[in-house]
Amino acid sequence: MSVPADRCVDRLVAAGFDFFVGVPCSLVKTLLAELERRELYLGETREDAALGVAAGAYLAGRLPVVVMQNSGLGVSLNALASLHLLYRIPCLLLVTWRGFAGKDAPEHLVMGEVLPRLLEVFAIPFRAPVADEIEASIDWAAATLRETRRPVALVVRPGLFE
Amino acid sequence: MTLSDALAILAPCIPEGTVCIHANGFIGRAGHAARDRSECFYMIGSMGLGASIGLGIALVQPRRRVLVLDGDGNVLMNLGTLATIAARRPANLLHVCFDNSAHASTGAQPTISDRVRLDEIARAAGYRSVARVETADALAAEAPEFLAREGPAFLLVRIALGPPGPPGPRIPHTPEEMTARLRRALEATS
Repeated sequence: MSVPADRCVDRLVAAGFDFFVGVPCSLVKTLLAELERRELYLGETREDAALGVAAGAYLAGRLPVVVMQNSGLGVSLNALASLHLLYRIPCLLLVTWRGFAGKDAPEHLVMGEVLPRLLEVFAIPFRAPVADEIEASIDWAAATLRETRRPVALVVRPGLFE
Repeated sequence: MTLSDALAILAPCIPEGTVCIHANGFIGRAGHAARDRSECFYMIGSMGLGASIGLGIALVQPRRRVLVLDGDGNVLMNLGTLATIAARRPANLLHVCFDNSAHASTGAQPTISDRVRLDEIARAAGYRSVARVETADALAAEAPEFLAREGPAFLLVRIALGPPGPPGPRIPHTPEEMTARLRRALEATS
């Protein structure tokens, strides 16, 4: 079972998210197409740059979402450590889970295996919802990052989006 | 002209209310020593991301002027954002690069900006305007004009390495305080 992209975007917007930036992954291509259709999405060149733009958006009054493949989480670690976590700048990280369960192209296997532990090491609260949990997970993420003023992640398993 | 000399010329010309994003290292320390306001934000880490942060603010608040005070090491670390800025063309974003062709904060190791002109990269990316100054007199003449330009505008300021050691004390504000005060200044409520 998968989630229609427009329903997910509706819920993100309803939860207060109003700035979307990122670097694409095939696991979220329908979601990105829906964000593009609504003219809500800014594509960046690297995931850490996307985090920088998101930090600026928060400083200026928005509640940002940063979309990335988990490979990009590796690129993002210094931005998270020395900008978002240090300055208490929240954002929702929508991180795809390439390499899930060890079944993927070889370049995704190492990051796929360590992804949950990596988020734990950085003390970034996360959920990896299945389709019927996505809306509750978005609401949880919005409440958690507003309360903590720290990044929160939703991990996108293969097949979550249509 | 050292970094501190350049900031002593530029800082008094910056209009009230302009958001200033300072790159990490000596630039923030010298910038804070020159002139601190609640619209000033100092990166103490996240090297390379000053222009990205500035872009995010400029896009969300198009009527607010945003000035990024960057260095050659920072710009080289995140050249991609020059392209993103040029593509989005925020009219309220100004980008200064203090270029001493060195990582001054870590011991003056050379960068490659003596051979690769960062102003030409900004021009090729598609900034609306690009200027370059190499002397204090030229900066004094250019600064008011640059600060009034339609963005994205890039100004490369060639500077010499200053005396050894930092150009000012560490930033006294905590990172959390800097977030809170800039959000207050920008009336951010998210």
